[in-house]
Amino acid sequence: MSAEAAAPVQRSGRSIVWTRRRRAFARNWKQFRRDREGLIGLILLAFFAFLALAGPWLVDPESTAVITAPGRPFEPPSSQFWLGTDEFGRPILDLLIEGARVSLMVGLIATVFSMVIGTVVGIGAGHFGGWTDTVLMRISDWLLVLPFLPLAIVLLVILQNSSWLGISPVSAIAIVVGVTSWPATARLIRAQTLAVKSRPYLDRARALGAGHWHLMSRHILPNVMPLVLANTTLTVAAAVLAETTLSFLGLGDPLRHSWGTTLDGAFGSGAISIGAWWYLIPPGIAIVLVVLAFTWVGHALETVLNPRLQGR
Amino acid sequence: MTAISLLEIKDLTVTYRSSDSDGDIPAVRGIDLRIDPGQTLGVAGESGCGKSTIVAAVLRLLPKTAAVTGQILLDGENVLEMGWGRLRAARWAEASIIFQGAMHSLNPVQRVGKQIAEPILVHEQMSEADAYARVGELLEQVGLPASRAYNYPHQFSGGQKQRLMIAMALACRPKVILADEPTTALDVMVQAQVLGLMSELVRELGVGLILISHDLSVLSRTCQRVAVMYAGKFVEQGPSDLVFGSASHPYTEALSAAFPTIGDRAFRYAPRGLGGDPPHPQELPSGCPFHPRCPVVQPECPTASLELWPSGPGQSAACVLVRDRDRDRDRDRDRYRVSR
Amino acid sequence: MATRLHEVTPGVESTPGVTPAPTPPAPVRRRFATGAATVIIRRVLGAIVSLFAVLVFNFFLFRVLPGDPARKLARNRHMSAEQVVELRRSMGLDRPLGDQFFTYLNRLLLHGDLGPAFSKGKMPVAEYIGDRIWPTVLLVGSSTILSIVFGLWIGIKGAWQRGSTFDRLSNATSLTLYSMPIFWLGIVFLMVMAGNQMGLGLFPTGGMHDVTPPEGWFANALDVLHHLFLPCLTLTLAYLAEFSLVMRSSLLDEMGQDYLTTARAKGLRDLNVRRRHAVPNALLPTTTLIFLHLGFIISGALTVEIVYSWPGLGLASLEALEFPDFNLLQGIFLLFAVSTIVFNLVGDLLLGVLDPRVREA
Repeated sequence: MSAEAAAPVQRSGRSIVWTRRRRAFARNWKQFRRDREGLIGLILLAFFAFLALAGPWLVDPESTAVITAPGRPFEPPSSQFWLGTDEFGRPILDLLIEGARVSLMVGLIATVFSMVIGTVVGIGAGHFGGWTDTVLMRISDWLLVLPFLPLAIVLLVILQNSSWLGISPVSAIAIVVGVTSWPATARLIRAQTLAVKSRPYLDRARALGAGHWHLMSRHILPNVMPLVLANTTLTVAAAVLAETTLSFLGLGDPLRHSWGTTLDGAFGSGAISIGAWWYLIPPGIAIVLVVLAFTWVGHALETVLNPRLQGR
Repeated sequence: MTAISLLEIKDLTVTYRSSDSDGDIPAVRGIDLRIDPGQTLGVAGESGCGKSTIVAAVLRLLPKTAAVTGQILLDGENVLEMGWGRLRAARWAEASIIFQGAMHSLNPVQRVGKQIAEPILVHEQMSEADAYARVGELLEQVGLPASRAYNYPHQFSGGQKQRLMIAMALACRPKVILADEPTTALDVMVQAQVLGLMSELVRELGVGLILISHDLSVLSRTCQRVAVMYAGKFVEQGPSDLVFGSASHPYTEALSAAFPTIGDRAFRYAPRGLGGDPPHPQELPSGCPFHPRCPVVQPECPTASLELWPSGPGQSAACVLVRDRDRDRDRDRDRYRVSR
Repeated sequence: MATRLHEVTPGVESTPGVTPAPTPPAPVRRRFATGAATVIIRRVLGAIVSLFAVLVFNFFLFRVLPGDPARKLARNRHMSAEQVVELRRSMGLDRPLGDQFFTYLNRLLLHGDLGPAFSKGKMPVAEYIGDRIWPTVLLVGSSTILSIVFGLWIGIKGAWQRGSTFDRLSNATSLTLYSMPIFWLGIVFLMVMAGNQMGLGLFPTGGMHDVTPPEGWFANALDVLHHLFLPCLTLTLAYLAEFSLVMRSSLLDEMGQDYLTTARAKGLRDLNVRRRHAVPNALLPTTTLIFLHLGFIISGALTVEIVYSWPGLGLASLEALEFPDFNLLQGIFLLFAVSTIVFNLVGDLLLGVLDPRVREA
């Protein structure tokens, strides 16, 4: 609302919106920078993203195939294999780098499913209210109550045994995790939608003849998006953990090395009794770092976008 | 006046320290007040002028970020220098507080009888049975049936909750009671009842009452003396009828004028409020903090250093006009004396 | 909906000429009964609906996906074609869906029959679960109790001394524990503390009993405790992180409340302000939240059991998974889903009992 100085420049509505968005972004970034953990998280995420993206170039596919494994079984860390080898002689480091790609990818895809369903349900329930709201929220609450792991196991076993459907185990995990985790997001977004709904510009838009779709996509969604973003980050953290657990149970794809399947392999091959700590510890550390990173960034985003949380 | 007053505050300043780039916030910038048994003193002013801070300061209830200087003499003893144990003993037993917003000042999951009995059990060596008997007496004193000690706060109306706060404040027979906006959320009839009750208790028990409010009608009705606060300092003080009836400070005058007289047609068509807002504590104007809004501002006001100059019997105000009027009168008197 | 006195239908035990007494003004006690009763009934009904939804979900689970359930079951068992047909008939798959559903409900609700566990020699699933449930109850029960006790204490202390070293340290630890897969923590403990090449050899590497269990009830119990220690420690730490964060958050919310200033002004010691005023209020939302986390508790327990070869339902799930034994898996899922719903209901109702604002509204 600062008056443009001297000569008024003809600005289109869109460019004004973008200037405002840029300024808001700069302001939020400045605030985000203050959160030390958020920054560390961001750096960590950048690192792992790099590993994930550069994976195919960093890792020789032969080194992670059982047949062409370069090392001897259960070699401890050495200058040749920084993190030692697994029971087949494959370098753990390479397995972890590939794991970054698989774990992050599955986590992200699952989150996309979860966020899309959750956003649609949340905005729909909040916007339409009445019976739609009641029914959707009842379903959402019911799903929220069910214990995750038993449900996921059952769903995955069924999906896997319907192999004619052609769903790879990895995709199956992504779908199952996504489908079981949308209720929390939906609740959050519904609350935010209700808050937005009480603002007057929605009534004005409606008076001007805006239909439901327009209202939801042009007015509600942009105002809900910041919260969605913060929530997404935290959801990815949970999704990565979920994928790890499911893979550890043997429900993952043995041909794709996620950190979870690596741990499954470690545990199943008796690495504990041999004392092959290099096989067991690093995947866990990687998971902890990634989840922490997402959590920190998510918290920082929440604080930036919701000033009331500051100082916690 | 007795030699040692119940409560005497000397040059109290309270500054909230802040690590913000905006700096510290001076909430109270040097006030003096004094109260004796059976007296009622009102503190008037708009929101944010620092009134509630004074109340919290008396019992050292301010957050750790508050830097407090000056003297707060409770029965001759400086509260600010009291040890922790002595302070806790003094709290409630020598001075108690009726908090603003009784809605939230009571523990919602504890029975009110237990809450009122709590300070009694802390400060006095009484058996529980005796303490609860006293609770019953207190409730009756404020006009509530003793059996309601068994209820929870949410089972009372607003006015009843305020009475509970009064009963609780009386629990340890304090000598001074500080009431912070005790009637703000109440409707007018209930307000009258609560104020009447407080006046009666002051008379009967001989306590000193300090009443904080932004509502001048409340203060003029209940208080013998009143002090008007602006931007952390007192700008006028004196007997309430004089301060409100013939104000010496332009701010007080504007405050009183802003209050409508019911039935006054002329006021309805020309309400006389004061433009602008009270200054932000971190952006106080130089000299007299009121000068940007003052209708009779003088050239020297932005640079004047102020104190409370006498302006009438028992009345004083911090305004250069009062000082000059005073000086003129002195000058005239001297002139006459010399010329005789 | 009690009938009022003068609305008694004539002819039903009404004495003509009797004037009904005026209803006395409702004392506070009566209001408690109706208000709370409605809430309780509504919540219980809600729980029943949820339970029914779970049953329906369970039923359709592997009937809705294309493919023949009988053949799926038979896959690992190399049955002949006739045996498959016989299996289909015994499972009722040749009857219409509605019929199947009612049979399913009938079997389940009236007889507690969850079907045979094909991976366990056709032992009834219900019986098998009954055998394997107690170790899980022991492990989850002990971990939950310990983690609630310690978690609440840490959360309270952390919130009250916000920003102190204790707070920052406990927060960081909780967050780290929260970010790791629980089973991995178990693996780490196993490696470090249990008997193997590099560990300290303080604890057994798995199972619930020694290979040759000791004689006598007491020695046996000690042996079980010895085996219980590490898995319990793992789970306790994992849950503790969650509970302390929840408690801390609730207490921080309470600490800004005015009635705490009142309590201080009354001359109470800081400790008592916390204990008598802040914590009781903060415990209300915490209690509910703890009950809501039961789903999380169960999930954690499953994987830890696997790591420690603890002979409970977690290990049973893994075995069922590998087969795959659908009936057993469904039975376990049903059990956990039902217990979660029931515990949630208890948590909801508990709030109504504990919070006087709800109880005596």
